[in-house]
Amino acid sequence: MEAHSSEVFVIGLTVFFLACIIGYYVVWSVTPALHSPLMGVTNAISSVIIVGAILAAGPQGFDTSKIFGLIGVVLASVNIFGGFLVTYRMLSMFKKKTKKTKEKE
Amino acid sequence: MVAILYLVSALLFIFALRGLSHPESSRMGNIFGVIGMIIAVFTTLMFKSVLSYYEIGAAILIGGAIGSFIALRIEMTALPQLVAAFHSLVGLAAVFVAAAAFYDPVAFSIGKVGSIKTASLVEMSIGTFIGAITFSGSVLAFGKLQGTISGKPIVFKFQHLINALIFFLIIFLIVLFVINQSPTIFWTIVVVSILLGFLVVIPIGGADMPVVVSMLNSYSGWAACGIGFTLSNNLLIITGALVGASGAILSYIMSKGMNRSIINVVLGGFGGEQDTSASKDNSDKIVKQGNAEDAAYIMKNADSVIIVPGYGMAVAQAQHALREMGDILKKEGIEVRYAIHPVAGRMPGHMNVLLAEANVPYEEVLELDEINHDFPMTEVSFVIGANDVTNPAAKTDESSPIFGMPILDVEKSQSVLFVKRSMATGYSGVDNELFYRDNTTMLFGDAKKMCEDIVKSLSS
Repeated sequence: MEAHSSEVFVIGLTVFFLACIIGYYVVWSVTPALHSPLMGVTNAISSVIIVGAILAAGPQGFDTSKIFGLIGVVLASVNIFGGFLVTYRMLSMFKKKTKKTKEKE
Repeated sequence: MVAILYLVSALLFIFALRGLSHPESSRMGNIFGVIGMIIAVFTTLMFKSVLSYYEIGAAILIGGAIGSFIALRIEMTALPQLVAAFHSLVGLAAVFVAAAAFYDPVAFSIGKVGSIKTASLVEMSIGTFIGAITFSGSVLAFGKLQGTISGKPIVFKFQHLINALIFFLIIFLIVLFVINQSPTIFWTIVVVSILLGFLVVIPIGGADMPVVVSMLNSYSGWAACGIGFTLSNNLLIITGALVGASGAILSYIMSKGMNRSIINVVLGGFGGEQDTSASKDNSDKIVKQGNAEDAAYIMKNADSVIIVPGYGMAVAQAQHALREMGDILKKEGIEVRYAIHPVAGRMPGHMNVLLAEANVPYEEVLELDEINHDFPMTEVSFVIGANDVTNPAAKTDESSPIFGMPILDVEKSQSVLFVKRSMATGYSGVDNELFYRDNTTMLFGDAKKMCEDIVKSLSS
């Protein structure tokens, strides 16, 4: 049992470090003009924590854990919808301009 | 199957960030993110243990409605506050998920109540700790950005010592928690971490907020990671690491933009103290004042104008009036461009978004490295609501607190127009010698009003 759980942890750690490296390169490639939308998107996707909240809210009946889970679902949903929508709003402003300039040219 | 769907979701999140490398591909990136999130949520709903669809559906609807309402209503100038508020929710959600896992470990298959696996306990408490710090730190950052709390750094004696002691107390509590798995200790960790979050952000002043907001962004990612380890969920680990890395890089870029280490920003207390001493020496110097007509005249007779916006433009909501001014100048055949300093505004990319909102084409908006060598060839620099980022003292005066900070070389252009509300110093508390130069004209007044007046003079 102990060996098994430490193995799981090492796999998690492997995934973690590889993801950090991917994140490092991907984020450096983001153009500085889009750093605000970057925060919007990262904020939205970090709410993937909703996965844990759904698992907690999953079982039938009502206990402490389920209530915490449901609160987690509400909080994460605010972020998911809010984060993606506000990013969408920001990005569509960057879109409008290109069209206009192209028309002008 | 579940693992594969989670992997797809994680890959979509990576593509979502990748899309932001260019404005053209960015909207597709956002859509990838949305699809990834939908896959993640539905995959989780398919779990055998997940049965209460109505409650979960209702919770998603409530949260979604609140989130959508806020996101659609918010003014773009209030973006930094909004992002801070959202970060606080991620932190709080992490705390609740960790608490849920602690109260019902069976649902997450990490053991039974009272005999949760040691590794899971450690991961859970670290997730809780980071989540709680993110929560309270973001709430305070929100207050400072919104103006409900003074943006001035609040410094008191033994501040750092107290923070360090609290940090060690938390480590001690975590060890204790892992040993006896007591709910009381769990909640003590939450409360003490919340306190630490407040104390960490309290000494940091308004203009250092870009770093703070980025850092909290990073923390929210690490909190998700902590929960990911607790649940042995690779999707959470990958996403958390992406967000964590993103926030960390942004913090690095922001502190580099001020030539200060992240540590220096975090320790806080910058600015605020020097105001009085710095402004004294220059009281006898002469400032050339102008009005909107002068500014219109100067710019009309130029071939090229570079506009340097700062936080003052955001405060005055002057971006639309500014763009109108730029449009008229362009019609006159004058080359108009915008120069953005990395730390202009209150969050990374703040100025770019505001100019985008006002329909300024992004090709005209350039970063410091791209435009700085063009200032000597430029006739007029129009500085609106910015100060420290143009201060030549950063290059020449070794004793200045901003020494070494990369600045926009507006002093190299033939003339400089400064739109400012008053002669007050910038955030750093350092006086700007540019104000007293012969080729500088100060335009005192509200940034928006000034732009509108210039537009009037230009059109007449």
